Amino acid sequence: MTGVARIYRWEIVKLLAQKRTYLGLGAAMIVPVIFVVVLQIQSGGPNDVPLGRYIRNSGIVTPLVVLLFMSIWGFPLITALVAGDIVASESQNGTLKTILTRSRERGQVFAGKVLAAFTYTAAVVVAMGLVGVLAGSIAWGFHSFTSLSGTPVSAGRGLGLMFASLAVYVLPLSGIAAFAVLLSTVTRNSAASVVGALMFALFMQLVGVLPGTESIRPYLLGTQFDAWHGFLRTPADWAPIVRAVWLSALYIAVPLFTAYLVFLRRDVAGE
Amino acid sequence: MSDATPVVARGLVKRYGEIVAVAGVDLTVEPGDVFGYLGPNGAGKTTSLRMMLGLIRPSAGSVTLFGRDPMADGAKALDGVAGFVEGPRFYPYLSGRRNLRLLADYDEPVSRSRIEEVLELVELRDRAKDGVGGYSHGMRQRLGIAAALLRDPKLLLLDEPATGLDPAGMRDMRDLIRRLAAEGLTIMLSSHLLYEVEELCNRVAIIRQGSIIYEGQLGELLATAATGHRLRVRDVERARTICLNQRGIENVVLDGGELRFTADEDAVAALSLALGQARVPITQLVTESASLEELFLGMTGGESSDADRSAVAS
Repeated sequence: MTGVARIYRWEIVKLLAQKRTYLGLGAAMIVPVIFVVVLQIQSGGPNDVPLGRYIRNSGIVTPLVVLLFMSIWGFPLITALVAGDIVASESQNGTLKTILTRSRERGQVFAGKVLAAFTYTAAVVVAMGLVGVLAGSIAWGFHSFTSLSGTPVSAGRGLGLMFASLAVYVLPLSGIAAFAVLLSTVTRNSAASVVGALMFALFMQLVGVLPGTESIRPYLLGTQFDAWHGFLRTPADWAPIVRAVWLSALYIAVPLFTAYLVFLRRDVAGE
Repeated sequence: MSDATPVVARGLVKRYGEIVAVAGVDLTVEPGDVFGYLGPNGAGKTTSLRMMLGLIRPSAGSVTLFGRDPMADGAKALDGVAGFVEGPRFYPYLSGRRNLRLLADYDEPVSRSRIEEVLELVELRDRAKDGVGGYSHGMRQRLGIAAALLRDPKLLLLDEPATGLDPAGMRDMRDLIRRLAAEGLTIMLSSHLLYEVEELCNRVAIIRQGSIIYEGQLGELLATAATGHRLRVRDVERARTICLNQRGIENVVLDGGELRFTADEDAVAALSLALGQARVPITQLVTESASLEELFLGMTGGESSDADRSAVAS
């Protein structure tokens, strides 16, 4: 096992030993359940959002509709809870000096932490997806449903598309995670990093709805949260998906590289 | 000076804006030393140690550990080096044993038996499964030593290892350091507990306001202090007259029924003979040498400021 792999493994162990990990994971898993229960009680539905009118067609649609509602602050907050804490908590606990005086290079420590933050980001989205499908299927069954183009999608293919959608959704969310890691590295303050990352996510959403921003809208991080719609069209619309991939990579790379440089050069004094 | 020299610091400076935390530290720790690093609070001890461990970047100067510069060689410079600054810190939500396993994985793989061995050495094996959050200060200090020993170091850098411990804990810590030194480890011990340094160290450096004002053998430092003697006799006036006329007996002072003077060993021997021949019975003759504390206070001007400039700067 390489040095980074060992550090990554321990980062996961540390995450599993902390309450905040379960707070975010629990929130991601409870939201689709609440969503299904509320829709079971009411007769109406979220008809004004894509796929909303087909929510009762199949349990597979549930996590996809929940994605839309959690894009604004739900998932950014859950992601920031861990990514914003991952370096700052070491500073605040004074453990950074403990691990930086062993045999691993700073770059390896940073890489292990970033991988753990991204793993958590993916895990909460997948957990929401699985619980959503399960809860939705219990309520409405596991059936075929109607795509955004109005064509039928079989249950098996729909499940595959749902996971593909979750994967594409994780990309812009990782951009939020990367920004949270940057704040965590620079501010050395967990709370400031979480709030700052959430503000960044909200700002991206806000800019996207302001009049006059149409030309830059496709390049905003917030817009990429809808890229997965491309999978639910017939034929699949790859343009937003491809854009989400490279644009998210950019939103991930810039803050991460900055954070990496800061982490390599920072003085570790009293932390 | 060879690459085997555990610590060589030359012109080490650390500035935080206008604040100069370390103003130019030059020191050398030789193999086998138990090296005391003394200074008042805020003198720059911890900042120097942080630079030695590669935690902070010097503004000027250099430090090498066994010939390697932590700034240039990164973690490789810490091969064979272990220790802690400002107290060891651990993950409170993990057990003591799990903390050590984590740190072992941050080094080259260490066998589980080695982890048990160091836990045994610091007498923490019975509490190793408990969360570190519930450990006392002394237990954390001992776990810090265990974490350092996991690396099988040749050089231990310890920053105030006995601070905050109760008297029994301090004694245990001193015993442990003495044992490790006896096993051949080079130890650099930052401390403001002067009796601890006097008891454990063979060489010392004293830092004041960021600069080294003394570096050398502890014995030589103590020998620089004038040796004084106290004399109690049955007939103090006759004894005083004899003292004043005796060669090599100087600075004779009558002080509350006893005489004080300075002299070398030969002069003191001659004086005791002279007093005997004059039938002036001696009831007490005591040699008084300056303690490290007196020397330290004299050299540092009695500074004991609580304002740790390095902490302020960080």
